[in-house]
Amino acid sequence: MEALEIFASASLWGAVLRIATPLIFGTLGALICERSGVLNLGIEGIMTLGAMVAWMTVYQGGDLWTGLIVAALCGGLFGLLHAMLTVPLGLSQHVTGLGITLFASSLTYYIYRLSLPVSSSPPTIEPFQPLAIPGLSDIPFVGEALFSQTAPTYLAIFACLATAYVLARTPLGLAVRMTGENPHAVEAQGLDPIRIRIGAIITGSAFMAVGGAFLTTATFNSFFPTMVQGRGWVCIALVVFASWRPGKALLGALLFALFDAYQLRLQHVVESAIPYQVFLMVPYVLSIVALIVMSRRAKVPQALMAPYRKGER
Amino acid sequence: MRLERRDQSSLALIVAAPVAAIIVSLTLSGGLIALAGANPFDAYFEMVKGAFGSRLSISETLTRTTPLVLTGLAAAVAFRAKLWNIGGEGQLYLGALVAAWLGHNIASVVPAPLAILVILLAGMVAGALLLLGPVLLRIRLGVDEVVTTLILNFIVLLFVSMMIEGPMKDPLAFGWPQSVSVDRDVLLPKLLARSRLHIGLLIAVAAAVLIWFVQTRTVFGLETKAAGLNRNAASFAGIALGKTMLGVACISGSLAGLAGAIEVTGLKGYVTLDLSPGYGYSGIVVAMLAGLNPLGVVITALFVAIVFVGADSMSRALGVPSFIADVIVSISLLTMLVCLLFTTYRVRR
Repeated sequence: MEALEIFASASLWGAVLRIATPLIFGTLGALICERSGVLNLGIEGIMTLGAMVAWMTVYQGGDLWTGLIVAALCGGLFGLLHAMLTVPLGLSQHVTGLGITLFASSLTYYIYRLSLPVSSSPPTIEPFQPLAIPGLSDIPFVGEALFSQTAPTYLAIFACLATAYVLARTPLGLAVRMTGENPHAVEAQGLDPIRIRIGAIITGSAFMAVGGAFLTTATFNSFFPTMVQGRGWVCIALVVFASWRPGKALLGALLFALFDAYQLRLQHVVESAIPYQVFLMVPYVLSIVALIVMSRRAKVPQALMAPYRKGER
Repeated sequence: MRLERRDQSSLALIVAAPVAAIIVSLTLSGGLIALAGANPFDAYFEMVKGAFGSRLSISETLTRTTPLVLTGLAAAVAFRAKLWNIGGEGQLYLGALVAAWLGHNIASVVPAPLAILVILLAGMVAGALLLLGPVLLRIRLGVDEVVTTLILNFIVLLFVSMMIEGPMKDPLAFGWPQSVSVDRDVLLPKLLARSRLHIGLLIAVAAAVLIWFVQTRTVFGLETKAAGLNRNAASFAGIALGKTMLGVACISGSLAGLAGAIEVTGLKGYVTLDLSPGYGYSGIVVAMLAGLNPLGVVITALFVAIVFVGADSMSRALGVPSFIADVIVSISLLTMLVCLLFTTYRVRR
C-alpha cells in the first residue's frame, strides 16, 4: 500500500514540524489573548502583516532574526490597537477583530506594493537553513525527522513550554487566567484587569506575527498576497480543540500538520484520481470537525468576550 | 476617565457618527497616499472623478453597488440578531455556482422569465443552506459560528475551483478555469443601454426596503431584535430563540446567495475564481457603517463602491496602489465602531 508507506518516510515527519510551526505560534498567540478573556480575530491579518514585515526587513538587508523581532513588534502594535478598542472601549470583539484583520492585511498589501514594483515573479530572500542538532541529528530516521529543523521551529516548541509554565506556575499567569475567568475578582485583589488584558493581547499578537513571519523566512522565501490562506482561522479553531491549554495546543497543531503533510504526499500517490482541491479542503474540514468534537468538552474561559467596565456589572 | 451610558442618543449624533468615521478614515488614508508620493487632495478628487466623472463611471459604480447592498444586508440582518455570519463570501460563490449551472441547463426547458426567477431562487436557497449548517451547530452544540462560517469560505472556494476545472468547466475557455456560461435568454435585462448596469440594482434596493419593513413592522422583526439585544430576556418573553436564529440564517444566507446569482446572471454570465473581490467581507463593513440599518446599507454600499471604483482609476492616474481602497474601507470600519460607541456612551472624568 503506497498510501501507508508515506508514514514510513522521515521527510513526512520533518514536514509535520515545519508545517506546524506557524500554527503553534498562532495558536499560542490566540490562546494567550483568550485566556485573558479577549477573542482576537485580528490573527489572520496580523499573521499576514508579520509575514510581509519580516520578509521586507530581510530583503532590505536585515538579519533573519531581526526580521522576526520587527514582525513581533509590528504584531504587538496591532495587538495594542485591538486591545484599546476591545478592552477600555469594550467594543464587540468579533467585529473589531475582523476589522483588524481587514486593516492589517490591506495595509500590508499596500505597503508591499508601494515598496516594490509589480513583477511577474516575487523577489526572494535567503531563508532560515535547517539547524542540525549535533549528535541527535545523526540518529537514523528520527534525526532527519525531528532534529534537522530550522531554528524558529525549535523556538516554537520552547515558546509552547514557556507559555505553559508561565500560565500555570507563575503569579503573572495566574493573574492572566483569573482575568479571563472573573475580572471583578482580579480587581478585588488590587490588580488592574484592563492592563492585564492589554498586556496579554499585545503578547499574543506578537506571537501571531512571528507565526506569519515563519512563512516568509523559513517555509517560503518570498511574500505574496493571500499567503496566510486561513491559517489564522485554523489557529482560532485549534485553541478550542486544545481546550485553552498550551500543551494540547502543541499536540493539536502537530496532529493538524500531520494531516496536512500527509494529504500533500497522498496527492502524488493518487495522482488525478481525486481532484487536488479535495486534498486542499482537508485542513479546513478538519478544523471544523475539531470544533464540533471538542465543543461539548471545551472549558471556555468564563469571561471570554465579556467586556469589563469598572463599576458596571 | 470612564465611559458612561447616555440616557438617550440624539438623531443628530446617530447621523454624525458615520460622517465622522468617514472623515477620520479619509484623513488617515490621506497620510498613506502621501507616502506614495501623491497629493491626497488630488487623489480624492481623482477618485470622485473616477466614480462619477462620466456616464460610464456612474454606471460602473452602481454596478459595483449591487452586490455590496446584498452582502451588506446579509451581514446587517444577521448581526442584528447577534448571529455572526462571516461566511457571506462563501454563500455568494455557492449562489453563483448554482446560478451558472441552472442558467446553462434549464434555459432550454423553462421559459425565460420563469427561468430567471428559478435561478435567483436557487441561488438564494444555496446560500441559505450553506449558513444553516453553522447555525445548527451553534444552536445544538454551541460551536462558534464565526470560525465555522469563516472556514467554510475557504472550503466553498476550493469547491468552486474544483467544479470550474472539472464537471462545470467551459470547454471553449482555452484551459482557463471558467464555468460554462448561462444561456443568453436568462441574462438579467439591462437598466441602462450600452452599459453593464442591470436590474439587479433594483432587486437589491427592493430587498433593502423589504428587510426594513420586516424588521420594523413585523413580529418576526421584533423577535430578531430582542434576540440580539438580550437572549435571556427574549427567551423569558416566550421567543423561540432557535427558530428565530434559523429564520435569520435563512434570510441572511439567501441574501448573500442572491448576490452571487445576480452577479452571474446580470454581469459575468459565468463563474471564475475572481467573481468577487471580497464582496462578502466588504458587506460586513457596509453593514457596520450603516449601523445595521437596512436602508442605510444602500447608502454605505454606494460609498464603498465609490471607493473601490474610484481607487481603480485614481491608481491608474497617480500610481498609488489600488489596495488603498481596502485600507480606506477597513479603517472606516474601525473608526465607525468607535464613533458608534460614542452615540450610546459618553466620556466622564
